[in-house]
Amino acid sequence: MSELEDVFRMEWGRILSALISALGDFDLAEEALQEAFSCAVAEWASETPRNPRAWLYTTARNKAIDTIRRRASFAEKQTELVVLEESRTTGATKIEEDSTVPDERLRLIFTCCHPALPPEAQVALTLRTLCGLTTEEIARAFLLPTPTIAQRLVRAKTKIRKAAIPYRVPLAPDVPERLSVVMAVVYLVFNEGYAAAHGDALVRHELCTEAIRLTRLLRALLPVPYPELDALLALMLLHDSRRSTRVNADGELVLLADQDRTRWNQAQIDEGCALVRSAFQAGPIGPYAVEAAIAALHAKAACPDDTDWSQISALYGRLFALHRSPVVALNRAVALSMAEGPEAALPLVEALQSALEDYHLWHATRADLLRRLGRTTEAVCCYQRALELTQNEVERRFLNRRLEELRS
Amino acid sequence: MQYLLLIYENEKRFATGYDPAEMKEYMAFGEAYATAIKGGNALQATTTATTVRVRDGKRLTTDGPFAETKEQLGGFYLVEANNLDDAIEMAGKIPGARAGCVEVRPIETFS
Repeated sequence: MSELEDVFRMEWGRILSALISALGDFDLAEEALQEAFSCAVAEWASETPRNPRAWLYTTARNKAIDTIRRRASFAEKQTELVVLEESRTTGATKIEEDSTVPDERLRLIFTCCHPALPPEAQVALTLRTLCGLTTEEIARAFLLPTPTIAQRLVRAKTKIRKAAIPYRVPLAPDVPERLSVVMAVVYLVFNEGYAAAHGDALVRHELCTEAIRLTRLLRALLPVPYPELDALLALMLLHDSRRSTRVNADGELVLLADQDRTRWNQAQIDEGCALVRSAFQAGPIGPYAVEAAIAALHAKAACPDDTDWSQISALYGRLFALHRSPVVALNRAVALSMAEGPEAALPLVEALQSALEDYHLWHATRADLLRRLGRTTEAVCCYQRALELTQNEVERRFLNRRLEELRS
Repeated sequence: MQYLLLIYENEKRFATGYDPAEMKEYMAFGEAYATAIKGGNALQATTTATTVRVRDGKRLTTDGPFAETKEQLGGFYLVEANNLDDAIEMAGKIPGARAGCVEVRPIETFS
């Protein structure tokens, strides 16, 4: 039943957020909602309710009350039950199809991405509760055994309960700091989906879609705009616009310069570029905005030669000022090599040796510059070292192709 | 809900005594959270610590703390808080959090 699947995808997070708010218990809410969806399979076969969301919410809440009643030998459960029973009797026993279900997803996302939880648990919990991915789906997407993900979820929910992590949107002064954790989680989900050819392609695609959907949701629900959130959305839309051209029919990685630009998703590029502009105007300009601006310059070039490399190189300089990482410095050197030639970039790359000696892309970058400078013997050595260091099969094939070209 | 706020920092900092300005800060912290603080103490240096364990019914007593670490447990507060966020807020106000760190542990309740 695909209609129910659609409802499941669209409504899971919204209804679950409201249930957790009413029940104060992640597990109880999740079990009850799962049961409500199982009931829907049977009961919606004859007729779909007028308000599926309210139907599912009310059904799940009633299931939860039954569960609490079954456990209710404990005195403490009694008060909980009274409150919930009152809310049920007001609507009689009939399913209240006209009732509105409160949207508590903002509370849910801030709770799932609470900094007191480990990052990998933040990711798993967000995908499970807000996006409705199953434990198996999350495991497949991250190439991890299902019990590993299940254990992360259990531990996170236990900590939420036992350490009393509050189910709420943080107070206004704390929002920027807490939002940066949420954005890191969303971007991690996106990157996992975007990373070069591994795992189940369909599930990976879904991760990108969910990351973009979550970011749109955050923008819609937060009371004030946050330019870095716009920038993050732009960054993901611009990367995602190239999805279908990044890997060819044989599963080989296609470099940016060799991608079929006519197949890039123009609507996403337009939306992304507009968001970058507004993020830069609003300021302060954070790392997502700078990265999005770099992606926008690539997206706007009709052919590789039209790429504004000097501006990209300047933006990498700006990114380095915000985030002094050697990998950013390496990217900046690559951009500079495109703007001013390999001889300008080589000293910058070589200066990063001590920091990046074990990083395959440092060797691959150095190899590429040496190749362009005609220093073939040295280039071959560097490509070989890069090959020794990379685990990624697609990258290995790419490096091997380069090596063969040099040797012929 | 009660939490234990465990203050870890390098005790070498206190080898020659406590900084009066920092002591004042601790006093101010104590006053600001007087109603939330249910207990707490500073601890003497780990050179005064003794570790006791019982194995096969036999008591073993050794000199020193449970584990040699760069930072040592130097003191603690037992506080009452509504939730983890409030406890984290308090932990962040403890002067020791600047030089070292504060571990926030919910108190277990047995019912």
